[in-house]
Amino acid sequence: MSNTMQVTMTVNGTEYTREIEPRMLLVHFIREELGLRGTHWGCDTSNCGTCVLWVDNEPVKSCTMLAAMADGREVKTVEGLAKGAELDPIQQGFIECHGLQCGFCTPGMMMTGRWLLDNNPNPNEEEIREAISGQICRCTGYKNIVKSIEWAAAHPAESEVKA
Amino acid sequence: MQTPSEVDYARATSVDHALQLLAQHGEEARVIAGGHSLIPMMRLRIAAPEMLIDINDLDELKHIKIEGNEIVIGAMVRHQEVLNSPVLFEHYPIFRVAEKVIADPVVRTRGTIGGSFCQADPSEDLSAVGSALKGSVVIRSTSGSRTVPIREFHFGPYMTQVDDGEILTEVRFPIRPGAGSAYEKVERRVGDWPVASAGTFVVVDGGTISDAGIGLTAVGAEHFTAPDAEAFLIGKEPSEDNLATAAQMAADSCQPVSDQRGPADYKKHLAKELTLRALRRSAAASQSKGA
Amino acid sequence: MTAVEETPLSAAGNPIGFGSMKRKEDQRFVRGEGNYVDDVNLPGMLHSAILRSPHAHAKILSIDTSAAEALPGVHAVITGKTLEGLPRPELLGDNFAWMPTLSYDTQAVLATDKVRFQGQEVAFVVADSRYIAKDALELIDVDYEPLPPVMDAKKALDPDAAIIRDDKGFTDNRVVDVFGQTSWESGNKEETDRVFAEAEADPNCVVVTEQIMYPRVHPAPMETCGAVSYLDPVSGQLTMYTTSQAPHAHRTVYAMVAGLPEHKIRIISPDVGGGFGNKVGVYPGYVLSVVGTIVTGKPVKWMEDRSENLMSTSFARDYHMTASIAATKDGKILGTKVHVLADHGAFNGVAQPTNFPAGFFHIFTGSYDYPAAHCVVEPVYTNKAPGGVAYACSFRITEAAYVIERIVDVLAAELNMDAAELRLKNLIKPEQFPYTSPTGWEYDSGEYEKTMRLAMEMVGYDELRKEQAEKRARGEYMGIGISFFTEGVGAGPRKNMDILGLGMADGCDLRIHPTGKAQVRLSVQTQGQGHETTFAQIVSHELGIPPEDIEVIHGDTDNTPFGLGTYGSRSTPVSGAAAAVVAQKVRDKARIIAAAALECSPDDLEWELGRWQVKGDPDRGKTIQEIALLAHGSLELPEGVEGHLDAQTVYNPPNLTYPYGCYICVVDVDPGTGQVKIRRFVAVDDCGTRINPMIVEGQVHGGLADGVGMALMELIAFDEDGNCLGGSFMDYLLPTSVECPDWETGETVTPSPHHPIGAKGVGESATVGSPAAVVNAVIDAISPFGVRHADLPLTPANVWRAIQGNPVRVDMAVE
Repeated sequence: MSNTMQVTMTVNGTEYTREIEPRMLLVHFIREELGLRGTHWGCDTSNCGTCVLWVDNEPVKSCTMLAAMADGREVKTVEGLAKGAELDPIQQGFIECHGLQCGFCTPGMMMTGRWLLDNNPNPNEEEIREAISGQICRCTGYKNIVKSIEWAAAHPAESEVKA
Repeated sequence: MQTPSEVDYARATSVDHALQLLAQHGEEARVIAGGHSLIPMMRLRIAAPEMLIDINDLDELKHIKIEGNEIVIGAMVRHQEVLNSPVLFEHYPIFRVAEKVIADPVVRTRGTIGGSFCQADPSEDLSAVGSALKGSVVIRSTSGSRTVPIREFHFGPYMTQVDDGEILTEVRFPIRPGAGSAYEKVERRVGDWPVASAGTFVVVDGGTISDAGIGLTAVGAEHFTAPDAEAFLIGKEPSEDNLATAAQMAADSCQPVSDQRGPADYKKHLAKELTLRALRRSAAASQSKGA
Repeated sequence: MTAVEETPLSAAGNPIGFGSMKRKEDQRFVRGEGNYVDDVNLPGMLHSAILRSPHAHAKILSIDTSAAEALPGVHAVITGKTLEGLPRPELLGDNFAWMPTLSYDTQAVLATDKVRFQGQEVAFVVADSRYIAKDALELIDVDYEPLPPVMDAKKALDPDAAIIRDDKGFTDNRVVDVFGQTSWESGNKEETDRVFAEAEADPNCVVVTEQIMYPRVHPAPMETCGAVSYLDPVSGQLTMYTTSQAPHAHRTVYAMVAGLPEHKIRIISPDVGGGFGNKVGVYPGYVLSVVGTIVTGKPVKWMEDRSENLMSTSFARDYHMTASIAATKDGKILGTKVHVLADHGAFNGVAQPTNFPAGFFHIFTGSYDYPAAHCVVEPVYTNKAPGGVAYACSFRITEAAYVIERIVDVLAAELNMDAAELRLKNLIKPEQFPYTSPTGWEYDSGEYEKTMRLAMEMVGYDELRKEQAEKRARGEYMGIGISFFTEGVGAGPRKNMDILGLGMADGCDLRIHPTGKAQVRLSVQTQGQGHETTFAQIVSHELGIPPEDIEVIHGDTDNTPFGLGTYGSRSTPVSGAAAAVVAQKVRDKARIIAAAALECSPDDLEWELGRWQVKGDPDRGKTIQEIALLAHGSLELPEGVEGHLDAQTVYNPPNLTYPYGCYICVVDVDPGTGQVKIRRFVAVDDCGTRINPMIVEGQVHGGLADGVGMALMELIAFDEDGNCLGGSFMDYLLPTSVECPDWETGETVTPSPHHPIGAKGVGESATVGSPAAVVNAVIDAISPFGVRHADLPLTPANVWRAIQGNPVRVDMAVE
C-alpha cells in the first residue's frame, strides 16, 4: 500500500483502530477489516441500499462514504441491533411478519426501520414506505417489510417504552 | 463493486483551514461534503482527485437563519434539514416539496445544499428552486468572499463559478412576504432525477401579480429559468389564460434533449404543463396569504 | 390431505405438516449472519477483476498486459490467448477460451478474435485485493478495430448486416440450434391458417393483429454473481463457493468443460441473495475464477459489479411478437397465431430443456379453450449480452402469458366488450380437465371461473367500472386491467426434458436418526424461497415429526443428491414431490419395523399422524421416534428388510403442474404528464396445496412487484452505436415500496392430481401474470384517447406519447 492512514471508529460500542488506504470505502472497512459481514453491497451507484448502516445515529449508504470520513465517529451495524441473545423488536418483527426471503436487503431495511421508529414511534404506512424508498428488495414486494416495521412499532422493547 | 483510485485525505477544521489545504494541494484537490456526487464518480473512475478535503466538521456552514431580508442557508446544511426546516417552510414551501422528491431519505441525511449547487447537474432540482427564487450564493477564497446570483452561477452542465481554491459557503434567498411557491416534478420512479421539473413563486398583490419567478430543470433552460415568461406575468391577473401563456413561453425558451428519461417533445410539453401547475398553486397560495 | 385448519401443532407451536409457520432460516439473516459468497474468505485468498469491452463489435488487434502485470500486488493477468494456450483433455471444445452454453452453442470465456457485445470479457486480473485488481484493469492496453454493430434485431437479417458469429462460419445472424434448426414452431399451421382465412371472410367475425414487444429486462437479484474457487494443488480437489441455483448441474458442466474429474469437484452454494434465473447459467467469471486458482495455486474470489451483472449476465425476454386473434363478434375466440423475432444476443445462452429451444412459449394459447393455434419463433444474434431465459420466466411463459392477455384485451376493445366478460366466455371449463391445448400441453387441473369470480369480487369489479364511467365523464382517467394466466412448471419428465443431456429428475435422501430427528437432503437450492422451512413441513406432513426436528440440507454437492436445481418454479413440483415420496418410503419401512416390534402383521397397522398403531387397539402402537430407535437397535427384522430408517428416491415427474391465477390491477393516469399510479392490485392464485401459506403469499408479493417494475420502468435498451443504456441502477430502475401498492391476495385450491401432495409450485406465477394486468390497466385508462396498445415499460414519457398517437420504440435509444 502506497499511502495509508490510521482510522479509529467505534462500531457497535467497540473502538477499532486500523491502518488503511484513504480510498477504502466504509462498507469494505466494516466487512473486510472488521469482519462484520452483515452489511452488504449490491450496486455501483448508491441506489440499492443493501449497505445501509448508521453513522452518528443516522442511516448512511456506506458504499458512498470513505472509511476515513467515519474516523472518530460512531457506527452501528446490523450486528449491533440485538442485545446479546435478545433481538431488537425490528429484528423480531421481520421474523414474525415474513419480512425477509433471501435476506440480502434485510440488514439495510432493518437499520432504516429502526431509525424511523426511533424518531417516529408510530408511523403510518405511507411514512414507512417513504422511509425505505431508497432501498430495493427483489423478493418480498415490500408489503411484509412494512408489516414487520409496523409490528416493531407495536411491540417496543421494555427499555423503549416511555414512562 | 467499483473502487476509487488512490487518493489522499485530510479533514478540515474550519473554512480557513479548508481554503489553506486547497491552496496547498492545487487543482487536484477536491472538497468533499455529503459525497453522494463525488464518491460515485470516483468509484466509476470518471473523477480521480488526488486529495480530498473533508468539510463535514465545519459547523460554521450548518446554519439556517434570517439575516435582514434574507434567508441564509449554510452550504453544509443537509437535504434532510432543508426539508424539515420550519423557517424555510414558513417562507417558501417549495423547499419542502422539492426536497421530498430529491433522492431518498437515507441519501438526504448526507447530501448537502452546497454540494448540489456545486455538482451543477443539468437536472438538479435545487437549481430550479434557486433560480426560481432568484437567490444567490456566497463563494469564499483566501482573498475574501463574493456573492453571485444563482442565475449567473452556472457556465454549463457541471461547470460553475466556483474556481479552484474556492469554497461555496452559503446560499441566500430574499424574503418576499405574500409569496406563494410550488414545485412540480415528473420522474420515472421515486428518487430518480427529474424528467422535467418546474418551481415557481408568485406574489399576488391587489389582484395582480407583482413578482414571479420560474425555475426549470432537466429541460435545457438557460440558467434554469425563463425570464421572458416571468416578465410577461408582472402586472397581469393570475388568470388561467395568463398563466398558460407564461407556461407556454417558458416551454418555448427551453432546449430539452432526448434521453432515456424521455424524448424532447415530451420534455417540452412537461416544461409547459409543470410550469402551469406550479404557477396555479403558487398564485393560489399567495392569494390565500393575502386573504 | 390434511386441511390446514386441522393441522396439529408441535410443542414449539409449528404445524406438523402444512400451515403458516415462521421460517427457520430467519434467525441467522436478521442477525446479519447469512453466509453469502462475498462473505467467504479462505486463507491466502486472492481477488480478481474482469476487463470488459467498451465496444459492441470490434476486432481485437492486440492486448498489452505488461504494465498491469508489473503492478505490485498483481499475481496474474490472463487473456483469451492465455486460455487458448492452456492444456486440456479432449472433452468439449478445443480450448479454455470458449465454453459450451446451455443451448449447445459456444461462448467466449475471454474474447479471442473479436468482441461481440459491450461488456464482454476481455482480460482477467488476479491480485491481492479488489482495489489493486481494479487498478490493474486501467493498465491493460487493448487495441480494438471497431466493426459496425448489429443492435436492432429487426435489421439483424438485413443483407448488409455485419456477421456476428463468423467464429462458427455462419453467413448470417440466424441462430442455429443443436438440431440444425433456425426457427421453431408449434401448433397446427394449416388448421390455424384456415380458421383465420374463414374469419377474415366472415362478417360475423373479427381478426385483430398487434405488434407486441416484450423488451429486454434483467432479473437483477440484490446479490450479484460470484465465486470463490480453490483447487488444492495437493489433493486435486476443486472447491467452489458460488451463486448457483443448480449446484449439481454446475459441477457436471465444470467437469465436462474443464476436464476436471467430477468426483473431485465440490460446489457449494451457501446463502444466495436472490436468483430469479440470473444464477442458472455458468458465466465466464466463474470459469475464470477456476482458471485463476489453477494458475496461482491459491483460492481466487470473483464477485461482479452491478454494471457487469446488468450488462453481461443473463438478460430476460427481448421478444418482438406479432400476434393475431380471430373471434366471433360475440366473443368466442377461434384461434391465435404469433410470430416471434427473438433477440438472443451474441451467443445463444438460453437455458431450457433441449427439445424446447423456445422454451415453453407455445403455451401461448393461455387459459382459453379454442381449437386453432400456431406460433413461429425466429431467433437472431445481435451484438448484445447472451441470455433470454431468466427473471422468473418459467421458460418463456412470461412472454406467452403476456402476449395472450394483451391480445385478448385488444380483442375486447375491438369488440367493444368488457374485458372480464370476454375472458369468462372463453375460459377452459372444469369438466374439460385434464385439458390438452392446441399446442400439446396437458393442463392437469383447474377451476378457472371460480378463481376469476373471486378476484372480481375482491376488487369490486362492477363498482369500479361504474366509477370509471363517472370519472371519464369528468375527464379523469382510471383503468382496470385483468390478467388470467396459466403456468406450466416443474420441468420435467425424463421422456422429453433434459438440459445439456442431464435429465430433470430430482434426488432426495431422508435419514431418521436413532432419537427420531431427521435430516432431509435436497438437490434444489433456495435463494430465499424458504426451503429450509417448507421441505421440513413436507416431511413433517408425511411422518408426523415436528418441523423443528427436521433439518433440511441443501446447496453442497458433496452432501446432497443430484438434481437439476431451482428455477422454473420446479422445487415444489419436483423436489417437493421427491421429499414426499421419500418420506412415504420411510413411513412404509417404519410400518414393517413397527409390526416386527409389535409382533403383528404390517396389514394390522394403521397410521395416525406420527404413529403406527394396531387397528382396533390403538393403545398398542409405536411412534416414529420409537421406530427409529428400534431400527437402529437389535430388533430382528424380516427377511429382506435392512436396518436404520433411511430412504432415497429420484423423482421423475410424470407431467408439468399448472398453477394459475387471476390478477386485477387498478390504476389512475394523469394524461397531462403520463404518470401512472397503481391504486390497487388484487391477486388470486391457485397453486394447489399450499404448504406454508405465509411463504406462498410472500412469493406472490415479490412477483407482483416484478410486474409493476416491468410494466412501468424496467428496461435495457441500446443505441445504434452499441451502447447498453441500462447498465446501472440509475437507468435500470427497480420498483420501490412507493410504487408498489398494498397487495390484496386471495386463493383457491385445486390440487394437482398427479403430484404426491397435490402441490403445483408458485415461485414464478406472479411474475408471469402481473405485467399484463398492469399494462392492460394503463391501456384501459387511456383508451378514450384511441390507444389500444403501447409497449412496456409504460414510463410517463411512453404513456404520454401513446396518448399523442406517437408511441415510442422501447428497445432502442429514445429519439
